[in-house]
Amino acid sequence: MSDITAGTLRVQSSVREVSFWDRLRTNREWLGFWFMLPAAGFLLLFLAYPLGLGIWMSFTDARIGRSGSFIGLENYEWLLDDRSFVNATLFTITYTVVASVFKFAIGLYLAILLNRYIPFRAIVRAVILIPFIVPTVLSAIAFWWIFDPQFSIISWSLRKLGLMTGNIDFLGVPLHAQASVIFANIWRGVPFIAITLLAGLQTVPPSLYEAATLDGASPWQMFRHITYPLLTPIIAVVMTFSVLFTFTDFQLIWALTRGGPVNATHLMATLSYQRGILGGRLGEGAAIATAMVPFLLAAIMISWFGLQRRKWQHGGRDD
Amino acid sequence: MDLDRRSLLKGGVALGAAGATLFDFARAWAQTAPWKPEPNAQLSMLRWKYFVQSEDDAFVALINAFTQATGVKVDITRESYEDVQPKASVAANTGTGPDLFWGLYSLPHLFPQKCVDMTDVANYLGQKYGGWVESAQKYGKVSGGDKWIAIPVCYSGALMNYRIAASKKAGFSEFPKTTDAFLEYAKAMKANGTPGGFALGHASGDGNTWVHWCLWSFGGNVVDANDKVIINSPETEKALLYAKQLYEYMIPGVASWNDAFNNKAFLANEIHWTNNGISIYVAASNDPTKKEIAEDMNHAYFPVGPIGRPTELHLMYPILAMNYTKYPQACKALIAFMLEADQFNKWISAARGYLTHCLNAYDANPVWTEDPKRTPYRDVAKRSLTAGGLGSVGEKAATAIADFVVLDMFANVCTGREDAKSAMKMAERQLQRIYRA
Repeated sequence: MSDITAGTLRVQSSVREVSFWDRLRTNREWLGFWFMLPAAGFLLLFLAYPLGLGIWMSFTDARIGRSGSFIGLENYEWLLDDRSFVNATLFTITYTVVASVFKFAIGLYLAILLNRYIPFRAIVRAVILIPFIVPTVLSAIAFWWIFDPQFSIISWSLRKLGLMTGNIDFLGVPLHAQASVIFANIWRGVPFIAITLLAGLQTVPPSLYEAATLDGASPWQMFRHITYPLLTPIIAVVMTFSVLFTFTDFQLIWALTRGGPVNATHLMATLSYQRGILGGRLGEGAAIATAMVPFLLAAIMISWFGLQRRKWQHGGRDD
Repeated sequence: MDLDRRSLLKGGVALGAAGATLFDFARAWAQTAPWKPEPNAQLSMLRWKYFVQSEDDAFVALINAFTQATGVKVDITRESYEDVQPKASVAANTGTGPDLFWGLYSLPHLFPQKCVDMTDVANYLGQKYGGWVESAQKYGKVSGGDKWIAIPVCYSGALMNYRIAASKKAGFSEFPKTTDAFLEYAKAMKANGTPGGFALGHASGDGNTWVHWCLWSFGGNVVDANDKVIINSPETEKALLYAKQLYEYMIPGVASWNDAFNNKAFLANEIHWTNNGISIYVAASNDPTKKEIAEDMNHAYFPVGPIGRPTELHLMYPILAMNYTKYPQACKALIAFMLEADQFNKWISAARGYLTHCLNAYDANPVWTEDPKRTPYRDVAKRSLTAGGLGSVGEKAATAIADFVVLDMFANVCTGREDAKSAMKMAERQLQRIYRA
């Protein structure tokens, strides 16, 4: 007993001799901190700093090549009253919502189709990815020709078929132009969603379908009660990404219309570039870019709640 | 194809032969020039990216001759012309970067206090070569003063391009000279199934040049001489209504046109009149399958409106030296050398009409007369007004153009999205912010 006490005492005294530095050296969390530091540094330097700078700039009248002075909310007040900005915001939301809904519907349909046994499945899957692989500017140039007011292949075909006499003015009428750029965005975005959902579909255990078949479930019931619930987490992730990409789209619009005709196809990103970089008014450009942040945050929050639901999807509970 | 190769070969031989004389001249020039480069001087220059390869070849030959004669090495970087301005602004602000910037119209006016005083170079060249055209003086001198902050090297002209046979068929043996006649012309051309068109999309070159011509030719103006916004006026309204009538006679789809669309459509026989640089003609001449287009087309000045004088807008390319340069004498020597007849004549010939001089003596260059279809482009510098119209040519004018304020005002009215009054109000609101003190 006394031996044990003495032993304990000895151990305790040796513990007291350990210096703060020794303790720090063996502390896993302290070590972890150092391992994290480079990553945190990168994030701060390349993400947080530019974001902070952008937000700060939106409160100034900065121009290219010269830092401005603080003007408070003046940029935002002006933008709220600016029809081009309001139109760009509304169109950005429409663009995102319409394109995302179509991309999801077509992507899911393609994924389910590709998940079945079809001939040359590997090749078909590879082909599906092409629109996603082609650089945006290149595909935009292809669409440029498809939508050309004089040389459009669609107008040409319809004319040759004798279905109409003139050309369709795809990009010259605001409503047509808006529909055309949304179509191009859908074409480009579908493969990403289809392939990701396909990966999700392949994780659904076939035994569930077998059990459902034995129970006499119809294909629709199988989709509604097996496929869809098990796919929800991946849908949440892929749709968040899709919404973020669509909302911040720039290249497609810039290559196709530069925001025209009469600013009808300006997205917030393209308007921000036109005002901030080409027009040289960095402060106003930054304010337009900053105005995108709340929308993007909302999209991220939706995804976050989507991911939270994952636990009960797999039989756990939300806590 | 064959034609291309042959003309290239010829050009090469001419350049080779010119090489020796260019160098001899350069050496002689270096000994007598008023500007002696600093010992061991080295220069770097950021210039706009060329449109025609032959122009750049001639430019490189010119720079090489300068280097051989003076020992000053010159490092050239090229950027698309829209990108020169932001880079120059940052360089001016941070005090480091290329010594020389060669960019677009208002560039030196964004930071006049940062530019090396070029008054001596401008006076030297002006006296020697018949004086500077008026618009070049406005671009080159600091606003309201006599100090030159840049040397206006050349213009890139935008004029009317039209098909000869179709115009004759419509009853016009020559291109209309007034806006009223032009409207009749457009109407007749459309009726014959040979319409034309002006770009109304966000076309920084072709779009901006024609809407400014239209605005100014009816007496409308963005600002007055004191930079006060006066866009909302009866004259502007007249210009807008005229443009709307004209738009009805254009080929459908112009509202989506960027800078390249009218070139494509003209070369495909889809349109029979438009506004452009000389590039359509050069492209048609170079392509054997388009030969008949080159033969059947010609160029003309923009028609004159009710105010009774030319109101054209052309792109100006001024060159400036930053005052942080360690070699201001070398900069001046290089700029003066570029514009001396022995270099400049060769260079402007190589540009084949794309670029127009600002010094009167170069009117005599054979490039303007050896092919009469190039001749109208000779007068571009004399006919051009400056960016900003009556107002200053600085940053505000540049922003208004880059932001397509006037272009969108016209597009709004032409496409029927807004009536003239509300389109003017929208533009006025935007301009007031751009021009606020």
